[in-house]
Amino acid sequence: MTISAKFEIKYFQYLDPAGKPVAKKLPKVAEDRDEMLRMYRMMSQVRVFDRKAIALQRTGQLGTYASSLGHEATHVAIGAAMRPEDAFFPMYREYGAQFMRGVKMEEVLLFWGGDERGNDFSGPKHDFPWCVPIATQFHHAVGAAMAYKYRGEKRVAVSVIGDGGTSQGDFYESLNAAGAWQLPVVFVIANNKWAISVPLELQTRCETLAQKGIAGGIESVQVDGNDIIAMREAMDTALDRARKGKGPTLIEAVTYRLSDHTTADDARRYRKQEEVAEAEAKEPAEES
Amino acid sequence: MGAITLIDAINLAMAWEMEHDDSVVVLGEDVGVNGGVFRATAGLQERFGKERVLDTPLAEALIAGISIGMASQGLKPVAEIQFSGFIYPTIDQMINHAGRLRSRTRGRIGVPMVLRAPSGGGIHAPEHHSESNEAFFAHMPGIRCVIPSSPARAYGLLLAAIRDPDPVVFLEPTRMYRMNKQNVEDNGEALPLDSCFILKEGDDVTLVSWGAMIFETLKAAKELEADGIGCEVIDLATVSPIDIDTILESVEKTGRLVIVHEAPLSCGVGAEVAALVADKGLFYLHAPIQRVTGYDAVMPLFKLEHDYMPSVNRIKGAIRKTLED
Repeated sequence: MTISAKFEIKYFQYLDPAGKPVAKKLPKVAEDRDEMLRMYRMMSQVRVFDRKAIALQRTGQLGTYASSLGHEATHVAIGAAMRPEDAFFPMYREYGAQFMRGVKMEEVLLFWGGDERGNDFSGPKHDFPWCVPIATQFHHAVGAAMAYKYRGEKRVAVSVIGDGGTSQGDFYESLNAAGAWQLPVVFVIANNKWAISVPLELQTRCETLAQKGIAGGIESVQVDGNDIIAMREAMDTALDRARKGKGPTLIEAVTYRLSDHTTADDARRYRKQEEVAEAEAKEPAEES
Repeated sequence: MGAITLIDAINLAMAWEMEHDDSVVVLGEDVGVNGGVFRATAGLQERFGKERVLDTPLAEALIAGISIGMASQGLKPVAEIQFSGFIYPTIDQMINHAGRLRSRTRGRIGVPMVLRAPSGGGIHAPEHHSESNEAFFAHMPGIRCVIPSSPARAYGLLLAAIRDPDPVVFLEPTRMYRMNKQNVEDNGEALPLDSCFILKEGDDVTLVSWGAMIFETLKAAKELEADGIGCEVIDLATVSPIDIDTILESVEKTGRLVIVHEAPLSCGVGAEVAALVADKGLFYLHAPIQRVTGYDAVMPLFKLEHDYMPSVNRIKGAIRKTLED
């Protein structure tokens, strides 16, 4: 017997849940005070926005709303790392990334308030609107990356999916095609542990979700999605690789869905309060 | 250009548009070196390069989905689905995204893509290769569904489909790929995507059909001419949205309507044509509308496919029935 191939998944974390550095050396972005402040401000803004949106739904002023509570570091790092000419293909709760790209708060509220005009948002006109059919957005990112590669443009397509989305065929098809064609695309899995009521361990037997990228032959890493520095560094590296023609990257951002799936959901039905409390101690946006 | 087949016309149309518009790219399974299993893309990769004629991994949802992504960023992808029975994985992408994006972004993002696929039976193909699935796409808002029935219409309609700013599902009647040849001028002239084509004029009965069934429908019309029955034959061509005005004008003249299609009867595009005529032209009718179609059954393997597909005799029977009273 010989071993045909061997793989490993690296995990990146620079800050502990209290925000204290755990790595000996921090990436460059950590020394950029203005950039760190810009991201911190946005994480706070999204947190406030999110609580307000939930309140608006509870008082009948908004339809069903998908909260991003707990995902702030992951989302803000994505938006902060991207350039305007890159294209973003979100799922439906990446407000932190979208605000960084110029989408306005009122536009998000328009959409969840049942008005399509929210999809004609500010910010890059080539960015896609929210995508509810799970995993279908990955194909769009692959197609966009093909267009950029074809025209020789140094642009990158970035898409986000949840842990549940990694069970979809579209997810695997996209990773496979992006790998085969070495496309300038960055796939992010916001692994928040829950797909509505189905926990990660019922979604997959894999130790990590990042390793699913290995099947597509693409660079795959796992990061602490609550660590804005780790997440930003992973994005910077992936975007840089893509821009240099070195192909796609899959980033698994390990975070936690602090909220219900949407305002139409009640997570108390299926998950323990102790688990949520434990996650709240590690969440990225508020001082405890 | 001399006489060419329908498949040659498809090839010519793609080549013309690729020659004149750098944003047109072709993708699909085996469309590259192999030139497509039906040879629709023969020679295109050699001529336009691997960057523009792409062999995709074997995944139909991917083909539709990446076409949407490409189209959203300024390309005009022409995607091929290899056989009709493999088109269903694309439906998610087509209905949830291709047909919706322009509307839901208030015009910010359009999807100028073409999804080409062979369609229909009659070529002794294996299982899942012979379905007529236009009704699935005709039911999708924001998607145009077009079926050519001659080399010249294939050429002109495909050009129009590629140039259209919105998604077009272009279903090619497999049985007609090499059925006959026609003189087609390779001049880049498109045909309209919003009108039927009157193939034969007549005063007694209106026959509406599309795709390969145009062959049997025209044959039935010609055979009945000897009996003094004048049939007007209309090729629907764009099965969604339907050019009902041309049909109504004809039915007003003839008072009789027979619809012929290969797909199953129930909820077929024929039902929509009949409903529109009942809605807007009921009092033109001298007799109930007749539909001659495939059966509400699974498309059989090829030993029985000719019993499934409408025959000239079945069509003639339906025409005579409208003339009974």
